[in-house]
Amino acid sequence: MDESTAVPAIDAIRLVKRFGDRTVLDDITLTVPQGELFGLLGPSGSGKTTLIKLITGIDRADAGKVELFGEPMPQLKMLQTFGYMAQSDALYQELTGKENMAFYGSLYGLAGKVLASRIQSAALLVNLTDHLDKPASAYSGGMKRRLSLAIALLHEPQLLVLDEPTVGIDPVLRKTIWNELRALTQKGVTIIVTTHVMDEAEKCDRLGLIRDGKLIALNTPEAIIEHAGVHTIEEAFIALGSSKEDHT
Amino acid sequence: MRIRALVVRIIRQFVRDKRTLALLFLAPLLILSLTKLVFDGRTVSPEIGLIGPASALADKLEEQNASITVFDSMDDADKALHSGDLDAIIQIRDGKADITLEGSDPSVSRSTQLVMQKALQSSAQDDLAPSVHYLYGGPDMASFDSFGPVLIGFFSFFFVFLLAGVSFLRERTSGTLERLLATPIRRSEIVLGYLAGFGIFTLIQASLIAWFSVQVLGMSMAGHIVNMLLINLLLSLTALTLGTLLSSFASSEFQIIQFIPIIIVPQAFFSGLFNLDAMNPVLQKLSYIMPLYYGADAMRGIMVRGEGIPDIQLDIYVLAGLSILFALLNVTALKKHRRM
Repeated sequence: MDESTAVPAIDAIRLVKRFGDRTVLDDITLTVPQGELFGLLGPSGSGKTTLIKLITGIDRADAGKVELFGEPMPQLKMLQTFGYMAQSDALYQELTGKENMAFYGSLYGLAGKVLASRIQSAALLVNLTDHLDKPASAYSGGMKRRLSLAIALLHEPQLLVLDEPTVGIDPVLRKTIWNELRALTQKGVTIIVTTHVMDEAEKCDRLGLIRDGKLIALNTPEAIIEHAGVHTIEEAFIALGSSKEDHT
Repeated sequence: MRIRALVVRIIRQFVRDKRTLALLFLAPLLILSLTKLVFDGRTVSPEIGLIGPASALADKLEEQNASITVFDSMDDADKALHSGDLDAIIQIRDGKADITLEGSDPSVSRSTQLVMQKALQSSAQDDLAPSVHYLYGGPDMASFDSFGPVLIGFFSFFFVFLLAGVSFLRERTSGTLERLLATPIRRSEIVLGYLAGFGIFTLIQASLIAWFSVQVLGMSMAGHIVNMLLINLLLSLTALTLGTLLSSFASSEFQIIQFIPIIIVPQAFFSGLFNLDAMNPVLQKLSYIMPLYYGADAMRGIMVRGEGIPDIQLDIYVLAGLSILFALLNVTALKKHRRM
């Protein structure tokens, strides 16, 4: 193992985030090695998106620290290292798919031929090549989601942060996208995905289960299921969540 | 490079959005034309009733563009005045003129009085009649020439404020701002990109309005058009930075509209559209905090009094200063969304 893979992609230590007097994230410690496909699972409002914002440095933690590839966050230059797909599609409706990609691409410093070829390959991946010249306002919900994903892949980041990436995408394409994500991790890309779809969660290398701002489990899907003594992630989630409540 | 990407994107969005383009470019021209039509129609000729035999006074009045009807008795004239056919009645008694005005519209009363005064003056001893000179403008200057420059400033300000506010708000509500801030772009680059992108359109708007008001509407233009463009551009930049800044305090397009009565309308009152001399002097000072006051002052100075840069430099400094201040506050306000 050379030195670069020894450094974890994400190293979050004892993160706390409060909004007013409400604690949204409570003492989260989490390490994601490079090349891992890591899933954050939890109901909406559990703090998944907030955790992602702390990890990427878009927001600042009230306590604790985050390192990305060994660099302390938040840091402006580190924004270049990851591709981010937010929960909202974040597209400019008046612009065509290609223009949307070109805009975000140039913010990451891509230009000219490199930009053009990156647009083509990212569009191919999400199966949008034939629709690149249509305005985003004419896209269906699933197409918008795919375009948004393609934008996150544009600058070939070392880390992909995907907030609910497959909402509104049909099962066939969803499978393709997951295969593609898996292929990316084999090239060394680290991926962190939030989801509340349980069968997607099972495809991750490791899972973090979040509930009410607390990390209630952190392990491989199989180990989590086994530990909870149930058969599916869904059951494990329910079992772990309620046992936690019983203790407190 | 990132700023350029932002500028290209803003231009593309604008060009696709034909209605917004029309609002920016055509709406000010339409409203200016309407104002011109209302305030600058044909010269008003007051209808004056004269009682008694037609005299030299009637000729003098007609020279002043009044239309004269001669009545035999006061009763007939009175009826005509009541029915609205007349604006005033003049009755000569013992060599003195006795004037009754219809009086329901002060502006008509004033112009009627002016006409009669001039006629009476010239019918008196000619060698005593004063000869009148104008420092600025002239006898032909219409009221539109005087408040037109203020209106030009007002429209540039109003439309740019609205557009910039809504565009920046939409960036926030659509989630694109969040995504923008997840790229390595600096907060200052976002503000500069917006300034440059919108700046191009406000420059076109300013040129169009300037050309239209001087060449088509024939507004008096004593100064240099370059100065006028400069002021218009500075005023638009102030509106742009103020609009984007205030959009951080709005959560919907509707809330941007709510800024109009709070931010825009008061400025119209204090900008010189209305004479403020009658107002409490302490309240008059409020105009010093209104960007439009400086823009309107400079515009009127350039167009009516032919002032050059040295005369309007205070206005230039204040407008440029406000733009920079608002832009810096904008960069700070973006911290709410990303702390670095």
